[in-house]
Amino acid sequence: MNEIYFNADAGYLEGIVRGYRDGLITAPQYLNLTQCETMDDLKLQLATTDYASFLQNEPSPMSTSTLSARCTDALVAEFQYLQQNAAEPISKFLDYITYGYMIDNVVLLITGTLHERDTHDLLEKCHPLGFFDTMPALCVATTVQDLYSTVLVDSPLAGYFRECLSAEDLNELNIEIIRNTLHKAYLEDFYAYCQNLGEPTASIMADIIRLEADRRTVNITINSFGTELSKDDRAKLYPRLGNMYPEAQTRLARVDDMDQVKAILEQYGEYKAMLLGVSLNSTSGSSGGNELSLEDRFFSKEVQLNKDSFEQQFHYGVFYSWLRLKEQEIRNIVWIAECISQQQKDKINNYTSIY
Amino acid sequence: MGAVYSYSYSSYARNLLGATIASLAVWAGLYLLLTGRGERFNVGGYLLRISPYMWALYGISFCIGLSVVGAAWGIFIAGSSILGGAVRTPRIATKNLISIIFCEVVAIYGVIMAIVFSAKIQAVNSSSGFSRSDYYTGFSLFWGGLAVGLSNLICGLAVGITGSNAAVADAHDQQLFVKILVIEIFGSVIGLFGLIVGLLVTGKAEDFAGVI
Repeated sequence: MNEIYFNADAGYLEGIVRGYRDGLITAPQYLNLTQCETMDDLKLQLATTDYASFLQNEPSPMSTSTLSARCTDALVAEFQYLQQNAAEPISKFLDYITYGYMIDNVVLLITGTLHERDTHDLLEKCHPLGFFDTMPALCVATTVQDLYSTVLVDSPLAGYFRECLSAEDLNELNIEIIRNTLHKAYLEDFYAYCQNLGEPTASIMADIIRLEADRRTVNITINSFGTELSKDDRAKLYPRLGNMYPEAQTRLARVDDMDQVKAILEQYGEYKAMLLGVSLNSTSGSSGGNELSLEDRFFSKEVQLNKDSFEQQFHYGVFYSWLRLKEQEIRNIVWIAECISQQQKDKINNYTSIY
Repeated sequence: MGAVYSYSYSSYARNLLGATIASLAVWAGLYLLLTGRGERFNVGGYLLRISPYMWALYGISFCIGLSVVGAAWGIFIAGSSILGGAVRTPRIATKNLISIIFCEVVAIYGVIMAIVFSAKIQAVNSSSGFSRSDYYTGFSLFWGGLAVGLSNLICGLAVGITGSNAAVADAHDQQLFVKILVIEIFGSVIGLFGLIVGLLVTGKAEDFAGVI
């Protein structure tokens, strides 16, 4: 029965998002991009895509960081158009999507302040989608208590900080723990919110968020090898969601190397196919030819789920899926640009094409 | 252990109201039954005391009212998707007006039937009141109007949702439009069924005339 009233609030926006999705770069266009010899060629090829208006004013020797920044500007402009035209309840969903970026911005500002970087530079580096009003005030606080009581209690992230307040001081390890704890609280909250939105949003978003939770679980496990993070602390960082919750998570909390991680992952049918041929000791970018790393394979699986969400109409999942697909596309473009600018064409095909 | 656990003032008030009405109804029913006054609960007599004009006019207003609700609902469902899709793909705007037209046709069915029905309403100038034929006219206009109105409501919804799907698919791939239009045509036939049944049901009803 969702179809009869969905379009009242979100019909126009859904049409817009599907238009954005139709503008994603297809596989033949990616092939053209990989054939480019210089960054100027790349810029010329990108002039036929949605990025044209953002790239045309850049002066000629364009670096990959400028390319990445302009592409992100295009993404932000499109998302902000959606936010500006949204009313309740779709506006709340779009806000939830931005909380992930807010968490990254908050952690960036805290780290930068600890290392005494210039406030203005830090604010430039923040992701525009995660901007909230009191964010610049974060640069003055020093302890987590201080941060919370002066700045964050009024922000949308207030509820996620409850589990973090026990962290005493802010050193390198604790910052990552804070980031992961915040993200865990955010994912659980987002999942609960989506379940309240009714079918089909609930089931589509549930699949996507569960994959995200599994990906984070595996990444936390792999990144904690060789650090001083205790097994119990590691278990506390896993989101209480996903196919791996709770059995595989208790086992992943105890492992010490990649072979054991691989053995646990192989028990899940959907992840077993992903592990074929992955090389165990690489992170991203891969070693040896055209193999994709585990991270890239998770990305491909995420792309598949996000493409599938467009098969149904009248749900909010298309907004989230479009944003993720667009980010993947920007990652692909930047990868190709890096390979071109460094003249290392042998790994140029390690992108995950979307359509 | 029959306590009702209320979560809020509003659900408490609702439960209280429901309980009051239910107990009043039970009290009244038992009073009539047990004191030998059961005959007073006379549904048929009550229905016959309602003027046939009331039935006929209810039928006409349901006919046009529900048809227009269905048409409007369908138009906003399809229209918002067409607007959203046309921002990027302007070529879909003209072709997809067909979905809007199909929804509009549903309202036209309602208007036509309302005009046909209202032609049967005349003044009754008889001193003996309404005739049997008048009662039949009243009832048939009520149910005929309701049939037309409800089927047009559902038809408008169906055409609207399919129209929205057609617009979105057309924006993505031009070949898909005609295929989804076929589905939409099947959906719009539902309104036509309602029109036909409405005509059949009220076909034998004569104008209001009173006892001659």
